[in-house]
Amino acid sequence: MSNEQEYINLFCEHRELIEKPCATLLNMARGKAFERFKAAGFPGIKEENWLHTNVAAQFATDYGMNLGRVQSEAAARDIFTCDVPNLGTHKAYIVNDSFQAAANSSSLPAGVLFGSLNTLAKENSALLEPYYNKLAADGDAIAQFNTAFIQDGILLYIPRNTEISETIQIVSLLQTNVEMMSNRRMLIILEEGAKASLLMCDHSSTAHKSLSTQVTEVYVGAGASLDIYEMEETSESNCRLAHLFVKQEADSHFNHCNVTLTNGFTRNYVNVMLAGKGGNTNITGLAIGDRKQHTDNRTLVTHRAGHCTSNELYKYILDEESVGVFAGKMLIEPDAQQTVSQQTNRNLCLTSCAHMYAQPQLEIYADDVKCSHGSTVGQLDESALFYMQQRGIPKEEARHLLMYAFAGEVIENIKIEALRDRLHMLVEKRFRGELNRCKGCSLCK
Amino acid sequence: MGKKSNNIFKKIANKAYEFGFITNIKTDIIDSGLNEDVIRLISKKKNEPDWLLEFRLKAYNYWLTQKMPTWPHLNIPPIDYQAISYYADPLKKKEKKSNEIDPELMKTFEKLGIPLEERLALSGTAVDAVMDSVSVKTTFKEELKEKGIIFCSMSEAVQEYPDLVRKYLGSVVNYRDNFFAALNSAVFSDGSFVYIPKGVRCPMELSTYFRINAANTGQFERTLIVADDNSYVSYLEGCTAPMRDENQLHAAIVEIIVCDNAEVKYSTVQNWYPGDAEGKGGVYNFVTKRGDCRGRNSKLSWTQVETGSAITWKYPSCVLRGDNSQGEFYSVALTNNYQQADTGTKMIHLGKNCSSTIISKGISAGHSQNSYRGLVRVSKNADGARNYSQCDSLLLGSKCGAHTFPYMDIHNNSAVIEHEATTSKISEEQLFYCNQRGIGTEEAIGLIVNGYAKEVLNKLPMEFAIEAQKLLSVSLEGAVG
Repeated sequence: MSNEQEYINLFCEHRELIEKPCATLLNMARGKAFERFKAAGFPGIKEENWLHTNVAAQFATDYGMNLGRVQSEAAARDIFTCDVPNLGTHKAYIVNDSFQAAANSSSLPAGVLFGSLNTLAKENSALLEPYYNKLAADGDAIAQFNTAFIQDGILLYIPRNTEISETIQIVSLLQTNVEMMSNRRMLIILEEGAKASLLMCDHSSTAHKSLSTQVTEVYVGAGASLDIYEMEETSESNCRLAHLFVKQEADSHFNHCNVTLTNGFTRNYVNVMLAGKGGNTNITGLAIGDRKQHTDNRTLVTHRAGHCTSNELYKYILDEESVGVFAGKMLIEPDAQQTVSQQTNRNLCLTSCAHMYAQPQLEIYADDVKCSHGSTVGQLDESALFYMQQRGIPKEEARHLLMYAFAGEVIENIKIEALRDRLHMLVEKRFRGELNRCKGCSLCK
Repeated sequence: MGKKSNNIFKKIANKAYEFGFITNIKTDIIDSGLNEDVIRLISKKKNEPDWLLEFRLKAYNYWLTQKMPTWPHLNIPPIDYQAISYYADPLKKKEKKSNEIDPELMKTFEKLGIPLEERLALSGTAVDAVMDSVSVKTTFKEELKEKGIIFCSMSEAVQEYPDLVRKYLGSVVNYRDNFFAALNSAVFSDGSFVYIPKGVRCPMELSTYFRINAANTGQFERTLIVADDNSYVSYLEGCTAPMRDENQLHAAIVEIIVCDNAEVKYSTVQNWYPGDAEGKGGVYNFVTKRGDCRGRNSKLSWTQVETGSAITWKYPSCVLRGDNSQGEFYSVALTNNYQQADTGTKMIHLGKNCSSTIISKGISAGHSQNSYRGLVRVSKNADGARNYSQCDSLLLGSKCGAHTFPYMDIHNNSAVIEHEATTSKISEEQLFYCNQRGIGTEEAIGLIVNGYAKEVLNKLPMEFAIEAQKLLSVSLEGAVG
């Protein structure tokens, strides 16, 4: 029996159980998404978009799913303590795939909605209806799978001209003692002129095989500004399949930085649509891989309106037998004149067993544009290494310094100083092999 | 750009395809359709040995199991493979005597600028002229023979050098390689066969001129070039077809084998009929070209100027198997009106210390779509691989598209791979600068485009470079600013 068949049966048999605790809004999108998933099945490695990422194999494990919504006993804020120093945040937790109450959400400005997607969708269905599953509806089979199975997630709604000065943090934790699959959903809506920054961390500590699908839909209204920082610190046994769909209106700003520090099998898909004139998007990513880690970053930036700028920078540092996949596409539609678009992908392969697959792509249908992309694969500069050794820096230390500098270019895109410092430290520790466990966090022990 | 330059563009665009005439000659065309009997018939007409027929049938049976690929960035209307005739022989009218060619054919090739009489020929170029499915004449054969060089049509090679053909045919492009390779392997008709023996530097340029003439036929040429140790050859290829409203299929295979210290230069000026301004008609050009740099220090250089064809699907590739071997790919692809091109290269690094260079210049105008698609693969044992790729696109008009799809698969940490791509249009400032100095807009565009393509054109042999330059300016004419 093929992998998808099991899930098709599961959905058909337990549809009632899945739908029972959920808001109508969530249930409405389920049927169509399921049909689409059923028709497509899990993507095979012969499909152009999945050439080097065998995602179907990841679903072969017999995962448990928490369809009955059994609440985890442990309170997330008790087990999760690896906060970024000097960074006060509004926090919300998703443990496995269940929402746990935010700690201090009362201090948020009036009109802001931040909390469980399922709960808030029941109360505000008219408000969310024009947004939920509108961007993800045309997503790939995995996004459809998520829409069909999700039961909860997080909603962040920021009304007009509201600014949230403190960072909002969404922590996803995986803690289980069986093979576990979690499906979570984020819906982030910034109305006109709103402003926020968001930190999304993905942690897992289980030694059991785990798989999480995550679909995030983001709407950035006219003149609004949003920063999203995503960090993955999961284990080798984890598989993360994340989708981020963004729609930007006129004169909006979107800044995204995705750092994969430790992981097992990761696929991040970022889809940004510049729908209004004068939008500006900046997406960056850093992946550090060793052992048999697999990191696949795929991006699609669509310039639908003119006078927009997009900037993309992805860097990979691959050690041991790790595999990196990068496929970035910039699609400039016929009316998107005066587009300025730049895409850069740089990769370091440190061993002969590390593999890098890069596909920077341009698809351009407008003539008055300035678009370029560049991609390189190489090693640390021998002469730079030699220079440092000459000055008494041991070779290993010199290597770390160069790698650190290489990664630094991505980290510099983070606008929150405390987080930037923290990441600098984490990356440095990661290179020294000290990051297997972070300090102070009972989750990791 | 202003209205004036639009008009200039339009005027130039409407310039007709120069080689669109039809030669009135009796041609023996077999019935359209494709099945085992047709393949047997082709094989019989060409008096082929059994092993070749077997090869064809194997390929045909494999082809039946394959589906047309959908990954190219092309919009290919469905092709009815049963509506095409797979063999057309314009020589049938007269019983062939060794040196006699139908004067009608002579005239055709003369009109195309390819005189088949040796005394008239361009100095230093030997030509193999292929019309539809059959090679008409190969010039300078005797002179080349003195040096031990074999330059003849594929059909002749099968008869006279069966061992060589059998040894190399299909060894670079397996019949299972892709959909069109399987089709070609099943029904291929004529093409050129070149063998350069050890230590011989070919004294003249070898060239093949392909012409499609008969209607409703497909051309399935097959070219095989073997450069033995320490040899050198420069090979040119040109092609044209008459203007017809229906689309014609051209699915060729070119295989090149480069041995130790040998060097092969392969240049193409592709000018198949591109269809009219509304996108009606034109040749579908689905070609598999691959060279195998088997020997140490071998070198293969592809240069292509692609201006014709309604749809182009073509990736001349280098398999860099021998240590220190070099692969080069220089391309100018120009699309106008409703032309579509998905072209590029593959550089497969297998040996140690191999280097490859890719320079691709795309120019799109009108409603055309022009894509670069290239693969650089460095295998695990290919230490010291070096690649530099540069893909530039120039957009002339707001209705066209320029796309870049590079693939990099790197399995070795000593590889140094660089890829760069840019897309832009001719800037107003550049045009203004030229205008200011008394150069008309039309001329200025020609100047800028030629300058843009110069890096590639410089790699072409002299006569070809001039022709290509002319072709570029003609094909560009009418592109909307």
